[in-house]
Amino acid sequence: MATERVAQPEWAVEVRDVAAGYNAHTALEDVSFTIEPGCLAGLVGPNGSGKSTLLRVMLGLHKAARGEVRIFGRAGKPAPGVVGYMPQSELVDWSFPVSVLDVVLMGRYGRIGLLRRPARQDRKTAMAALERVQLTDRAQRLIGELSGGEQRRALIARALAQEADLLLLDEPFAGLDATAQHDLLRLFQELRREDKTLFVATHDLSCVAEDFDHAVLLNRRVIAFGRPSDVFTEESLNAAFQRHLLVLPGRDRTFIGP
Amino acid sequence: MSEIVDFLTDPWTFEFMRRALIAAVVVSVVAAVIGSFVILKGMAFVGDALPHASFGGVAVAFALGENLYIGGGIAALITALLIGFISRRGLIRYDTAIGILFVAAFALGVAIVQKQQNYTTDLFSFVFGNVLAVDWNDVWLTVAIGLVVLVVIALFYKELLFTSYDPAMASASGLPVDAIQYGLLALLALTTVIALQTVGIVLVVALLITPAATAQLLTRSLSTMMLAGAFLGALSSLVGLYVAWHANVSASASIVLTATGLFALAFLLAPSRGLVWQVGGRGR
Repeated sequence: MATERVAQPEWAVEVRDVAAGYNAHTALEDVSFTIEPGCLAGLVGPNGSGKSTLLRVMLGLHKAARGEVRIFGRAGKPAPGVVGYMPQSELVDWSFPVSVLDVVLMGRYGRIGLLRRPARQDRKTAMAALERVQLTDRAQRLIGELSGGEQRRALIARALAQEADLLLLDEPFAGLDATAQHDLLRLFQELRREDKTLFVATHDLSCVAEDFDHAVLLNRRVIAFGRPSDVFTEESLNAAFQRHLLVLPGRDRTFIGP
Repeated sequence: MSEIVDFLTDPWTFEFMRRALIAAVVVSVVAAVIGSFVILKGMAFVGDALPHASFGGVAVAFALGENLYIGGGIAALITALLIGFISRRGLIRYDTAIGILFVAAFALGVAIVQKQQNYTTDLFSFVFGNVLAVDWNDVWLTVAIGLVVLVVIALFYKELLFTSYDPAMASASGLPVDAIQYGLLALLALTTVIALQTVGIVLVVALLITPAATAQLLTRSLSTMMLAGAFLGALSSLVGLYVAWHANVSASASIVLTATGLFALAFLLAPSRGLVWQVGGRGR
């Protein structure tokens, strides 16, 4: 860990000894790591490594069997507005008759509270979020009428509309072309400059290696975390992606680390 | 000219037809509004299961000499809560839980009814509906329950929209998703009870699904879908009662078939989404 940051009084994310699963199946074991406030962190691992489960545990959507998650020092389910979330787009119902603006406004619902309607300020915040992902002209379109990349940006706008200090984003780069990916990365870097903490689950190793400050390498357990250059060693990558290496014929299995 | 006027006004000179019209319109409006959630959440099977399950409660109430609607309502509510509870345990799928529970409640009803000696007509009207036989008490009960359902939906519209569209995100935003989902099932159970007398157990699902599905083809947002569905449901009731009167056929069947006819029209002709435009568009 970088020594100059030891003085930092609290972590944005502190995960200790978390285990979680679905019925008999174990998805996460002994997961411990920390993320500093105001950093752009990547969550990397192969399919089925528990990335989405970890995000769901952090959000309080899935109960950990063991261990503890602290968000900005607080344990338990985060209060509304503390954590913004973008689910994997496969989990979203794109045929539902809602406009893009309606979807982004949903990001405000947790703050608005029961029995109250969105105020003008909520609409302003939602429109500002749409502007940041360059979807202003699509606000009144049905969410299902957008292209795949636009749909993902709409979900990111909804996470932004939550105005949370920590954003958990599940596969925001999936299906984006190079330009869209570049724009999104610039948005992430802008947000980091505004002291937001971003934790981004992704398959894109090279993007995390080049442009992120922090990486968590996961395969049911945390293989490594810290600066991407320290995390992405041949040894830990092989440990994390061992399933993939196993299916490659002729690959030397003794290369796989602990 | 006066023939047309007679044709249109004739049915309403009778009080039982006026009662039937009020009951049918209220039920179809409420059913279309809650039916919009039912079809968007893919809950059509629940919409069919709860009316069937209510038969168990109707039979128990009948055997005990209690109010049949209250019995049916309690059975529908219990079934709705059990469906939610069992499927939330995650061991079996939602639709499997529905399939197990509603036939059990229905079978219980059949077993109890078999033991009764004087069942035939009274209970038969619950299976196929008998809106022409409702009395003023039934009408006011229908209006009162219908209003309660509509007011609750209006108050919690935002939460119902969010939890129906994206339950995970709604939960992450701090909404009490489980309570809202149970609440929606309870509203559905209440709607089932008032729909029983209008169209009967077998056809309740048609009032929930068909007008809302027609509305979905014609609108672009949940709120307009609900309004259009309510209008189409009311129209189906009105036209259905005319058909029942002049052609002397079952009122519940006429109402449902009118709604089906409107759906067929929308499926073919809906602006830009209808089959006609889709086929025409392919030629371009």
